[in-house]
Amino acid sequence: MLSGNEAIARGAYEAGVKVASAYPGTPSTEILESLVSYEGVYAEWAPNEKVAVEVAIGASMGGVRALAAMKHVGVNVAADPIFTASYTGVRGGLVIVTADDPELHSSQNEQDNRHYAVAAKIPMLEPSDSFEAKEFTRLAFELSERFDTPVFLRTTTRISHAKGVVPLGEPSGPPFPPGFARDPAKWVMLPVNAKRRHVLVEERTRALAEFAETFDGNRIEWGDRSLGIVTAGVSYQYVREAFPEASVLKLGLAYPLPSRLFREFAAGVSRVVVVEELDPYLETHVKALGIPAQGKELIPIVGELDPRIVRQGITGEAVPLRAQENVPPRPPSLCPGCPHRGLFFALKKLKVAVLGDIGCYTLAALPPLGAMDSCICMGASIGNAHGMEKALGPEGKGKAVAVIGDSTFLHSGIPGLMDIVYNRGCSTVILLDNRTTAMTGAQENPSTGKTLRGDPTHRLDLPALCRALGVEHVYVVNPHDMERTESVLRREIRRPAPSVVITEAPCVLLPEHRKKQRPVYEVIPDLCTGCKACSKLGCPAIEWVPFTPEEAVAEGKKATQKGMARINPLLCDGCNQCPPLCKFQAILERKA
Amino acid sequence: MSGVRGDVFLAGVGGQGTLLASEVLCEAFLLSGYDVKKSEVHGMAQRGGAVTTHLRFGPKVFSPLIEPGKADLLVAFEKIEALRFAHYLRTGGVMVVNAQEIFPPSVATGQERYPEGVAERLRAVTDRLFLVDALAAALAMREVRAVNMVMVGAASHFLPLPESAYEEALENRLPAGIVAVNTRAFRAGRALIPPGAGALAR
Repeated sequence: MLSGNEAIARGAYEAGVKVASAYPGTPSTEILESLVSYEGVYAEWAPNEKVAVEVAIGASMGGVRALAAMKHVGVNVAADPIFTASYTGVRGGLVIVTADDPELHSSQNEQDNRHYAVAAKIPMLEPSDSFEAKEFTRLAFELSERFDTPVFLRTTTRISHAKGVVPLGEPSGPPFPPGFARDPAKWVMLPVNAKRRHVLVEERTRALAEFAETFDGNRIEWGDRSLGIVTAGVSYQYVREAFPEASVLKLGLAYPLPSRLFREFAAGVSRVVVVEELDPYLETHVKALGIPAQGKELIPIVGELDPRIVRQGITGEAVPLRAQENVPPRPPSLCPGCPHRGLFFALKKLKVAVLGDIGCYTLAALPPLGAMDSCICMGASIGNAHGMEKALGPEGKGKAVAVIGDSTFLHSGIPGLMDIVYNRGCSTVILLDNRTTAMTGAQENPSTGKTLRGDPTHRLDLPALCRALGVEHVYVVNPHDMERTESVLRREIRRPAPSVVITEAPCVLLPEHRKKQRPVYEVIPDLCTGCKACSKLGCPAIEWVPFTPEEAVAEGKKATQKGMARINPLLCDGCNQCPPLCKFQAILERKA
Repeated sequence: MSGVRGDVFLAGVGGQGTLLASEVLCEAFLLSGYDVKKSEVHGMAQRGGAVTTHLRFGPKVFSPLIEPGKADLLVAFEKIEALRFAHYLRTGGVMVVNAQEIFPPSVATGQERYPEGVAERLRAVTDRLFLVDALAAALAMREVRAVNMVMVGAASHFLPLPESAYEEALENRLPAGIVAVNTRAFRAGRALIPPGAGALAR
């Protein structure tokens, strides 16, 4: 039983992939984490998706099968090499996985990357379960070489992170020996060459459209002819569940699309409905062929689908459902002991605009910390801070800071910092160094000193890198020491020069931290006055026990005391952030 | 295996080990010859937030998601998480709920109280409610992380699999060093509900 991501890794292995590169991003991360375990495959974390694709292109030029994987927004970062790789074509098969995230389970937007296939003129396969994820990955490599093109493989969260039964195949050897053959007309995209390649790209797309007509991954499942549903990806499963009797046109190739097959299907049914998540991509194509069809007027354009939504959309009959119970929300939050909490608690006191970035620390935007004011995309915080500084002028000095994680900084924050120095800005950039890529599940990166395989490697020196960019004021603080962190920040935001404050403390999810003997703190009930100073940290381990006046008196408190704090020993990580916040010294280390 | 099919919805709090519990359940179904699909979400959702797993078994499974109102069994690792996803349960479905209370942020910071009368509200959803103290069972074994397998053990009464399938699944899916403690946790969980509590009729 494999997840979609594991199935893609298996498919790549069976196809004889030799080089794979990726930047972690939900829901794509496990592809490389799984691929690295296969013998004979070189797999690495790249600092960002653009580099990952460039590595894969280089490997393809070198004559081996190569794969790059990323989440949907990663394709935005990698779009530059991708669009031109469409022109150069490939030597060894080149597959680019885009894992989309309808419903934004762990993303900043809900973009539909099928549009990239059209825009880049690159064929796109779209599996609808783990079984197809493996089959289509193998096929993607073959198509790539056969049509001399990179191939997109598109998944969505419910493919990537759903598990299903997958029979395993045997790995095939490489189709030809590796080696680079000089061919400037193919690889050097000067205008003179690119112009000729563009002609070939158009010919290729016509050939692929012809392939799409007979490709067995595009298939009609004839059933009841009164309803014909056009669908692809995970939506196919919802359709099969909701309408087991209906006729279905299931598309495995999302681009290019098979026009004759559409017409044949439409001619065989009395009503055509398109069921797809996110944008009306297939629907637009169907309608462009002059086929009367329904789509987004029945099926939501926002969020993911399920069989119920599909059934109700098409039948128009709402089946009554038990109302959702009203319970307190449980959003994700920073872990107990998270070093980021100390930084944001200190930062909140400075009353500055906090231009944030992508990572666990984005959760600091939620109450009670509420200490982040923006989050756009990977690396955006630094450019945002610089732009705001230029907008506000001298009066704005000390009013805004950028906050960015170590891995995010290395992904795409470095040019922003270069910009601040180059253009004589004086923003303060706070770099959260927790020695891992935490949000996606603790992946290595260039500043951790380890590779994807876990082998030791050069550990990038963050302070030295910042100094090399021209930042003269670089300070390292321990974010658990909130008093010192606050005083350093107060000093730096006023400084009329660029500065970087690096908060250095390991992520609490790292095994080396978990194995460490750590203290557990407790609130001494007799000393707690219920002032809630510790609650403001928003640590999940600190729990508020409310009192009625009678209960307060029974506890030996004043009747006016509304409650008291308690530390859940199962959750406390012993970070020592809360004890200094208690003016009554009520938080002490628990004796064993 | 006959044409038996079913939908199991697991709900818990990020960090409680629901992912591993669902892995073991899936393996047990596979070993017994079922088609299985399961779907869950990683990343942001795991940081102490509400987490869910959709697990579907049968001769052939299409959708990886369970429809609201269609789950045969709701296994909740925390009390109000049962309430949060109660609308997924079908009429007459079974709920196995851990009585443990984990405060969500608004409760932990004193903005609201942890809901009272949760058991009564759950009973209003189904009279086939089994409230167990999985935390106490795990703590009795001095292994707080075993709460998840205690819950698997308690839930196993309502699934069409022999006990041996779970124990084999534990051996297959877990690192050798923790099989023994998890097998004990599974048995302890199974002992929390009297045999003959009823199968998952459908």
